[in-house]
Amino acid sequence: MTRSVKIASVAAFLAIVFIAVPVLISVSGRFDLYYTLTSVALLSIASAGVWLTFYIGRINIGQGAYALMGGYVSAILVVTHGWSFWPTLPAAGLSCAAASVLIGLPILRLRGVYFAMVTLVLTEVARLLALALPITNGAKGMVSIPLPGALSIFGLTIIPDFATLHNARLAFYLLAVALMVVCFAVVYRLVHSRVGKLCQSLQQNEELASSIGVNIAYLRVIAYAVSSFFGGVAGAIFAAISQSIYPSSFTVIDSVNFMLNCFLGGLGYVFGPMLGTLVLYFGWDLLFQTGRFQLLIYSTLMIVLMLFLPNGLLSLAATTRKKG
Amino acid sequence: MADLLEVSALTKRFGGLVAVNNISFSVREKEILSVIGPNGAGKSTLFKLIASFLRPTSGEVRLKGERISDQAPHIAARKGVVRTFQETTIFKNMSVRENVIIAHHLRSRASLLGFFLGTSAAKADEAAFGTSADEILVLLGLSSLAGETARNLPHGHLRALGIAIGLATNPSILLLDEPFAGMNHDETMRMVAMIRRLRELGLTILLVEHDMPAVMKISDRIVVLNFGQKIAEGTPAEIQNNDKVIEAYLGSEDEAIGL
Repeated sequence: MTRSVKIASVAAFLAIVFIAVPVLISVSGRFDLYYTLTSVALLSIASAGVWLTFYIGRINIGQGAYALMGGYVSAILVVTHGWSFWPTLPAAGLSCAAASVLIGLPILRLRGVYFAMVTLVLTEVARLLALALPITNGAKGMVSIPLPGALSIFGLTIIPDFATLHNARLAFYLLAVALMVVCFAVVYRLVHSRVGKLCQSLQQNEELASSIGVNIAYLRVIAYAVSSFFGGVAGAIFAAISQSIYPSSFTVIDSVNFMLNCFLGGLGYVFGPMLGTLVLYFGWDLLFQTGRFQLLIYSTLMIVLMLFLPNGLLSLAATTRKKG
Repeated sequence: MADLLEVSALTKRFGGLVAVNNISFSVREKEILSVIGPNGAGKSTLFKLIASFLRPTSGEVRLKGERISDQAPHIAARKGVVRTFQETTIFKNMSVRENVIIAHHLRSRASLLGFFLGTSAAKADEAAFGTSADEILVLLGLSSLAGETARNLPHGHLRALGIAIGLATNPSILLLDEPFAGMNHDETMRMVAMIRRLRELGLTILLVEHDMPAVMKISDRIVVLNFGQKIAEGTPAEIQNNDKVIEAYLGSEDEAIGL
């Protein structure tokens, strides 16, 4: 793609998510779609994190743990310590990143199915911790979390108090989408800089990478920390939207879904997790009408997709472009 | 000539098995030194110990007087001891040129964050790596394949690419793991010429090899291992006439040592 095509497609994307979608929603009156699309945006942020761990050659089924932790960090800081919501957002991301460094140092030595299994367990450990720790309020969870307040810098209000807005749904949608754009821009830049090539070198051959002087342990931990940061941020906003967080807010199923989003969209494409989340989320909802066959049809479709499109949905676009 | 690499009393035990037993030798600057020995003599273990891919049970390896044993492989590489691989280990899904560019990692002055942000240091690095990669590709006769995905290369070119990757790290000493394995006569002769050219460029080369005629042709000195122990060290002529070596290769000695 040439530079101008790239800029045009980014501009088109921004126009769609920030202008066209809100306009269409207000015209059609389907305000419930805001909630759905906000969820898609947040889940795709968490999935982008998982995608990044795939990029260094690790199957990560533990993103739910960090989303849960992010949600709790934000909720506890707001409810117990009286923080405003906004600073808890980076705090949630950073504490997840810090935790992931401690957890990642030992477990990132594992490869393949072993790493996958440990991360799978991680989600369950996070749930049990949330149940057991004194500060998380156990199974009752944290409820009635206040909506995000106003954010002002030097007396200038940048973001108004969500509680005073007559349309907090739109505000959350814009917040989630803006963050999604930032996160994917970060991943895109990461992948297309030399750092991305270094990550690829890990994915393709760790021994060779270390023989050319790449500090593989360091690079793995950095990538995992960025990944978990995304999970934490997504979880924190989820807690703010639903104004609550429970040990069961993010479970193993969510961790698996984050991974599936990446598979479905395509592991070779930065925007794969975004498309994958959108399709998977709406696909599941559409199948709701099939009642008790929902899960059966859904899983069959997933298997068929993996068999015939192992490189994800975006590989379709890539092949047509090559032919065209 | 001064000693560049010193191996002293190096020992590696795997449980009850002593794979490498009290081996000492040194590699001089701009020398081509080969380590040979029958199967299971401990060549590969010795090779991994020198490249810091294994930790020695006792003994040590020093480069220019500085200890490199017990360090992570990337630290050894940073200090100048770089290995190539026996299997055709490359970054399969990158192009040939990308393989060589990524291997310039040790020469980069910009930090990871610098590369992420695209600072001027990072841009300068990228440009320098590109130029240097192109030079290395010319040197190893890979220029015409620069854009090819590495996994599609034929066997001989893969080996050359492996050496190109090693060269890109700007090593003091390059360790080649069986550079002639699986090659026919012509390919072997081309590889011998290529390794000689590397030495002319100022590189020191240590290689582990099975192919006796090639080793006899290329080496300045040879170290012979058997059952984990060093049984001989000397010039190719000395090794060919060494009784212990002939005994170790008993039965096929004439053919094997190229007499």
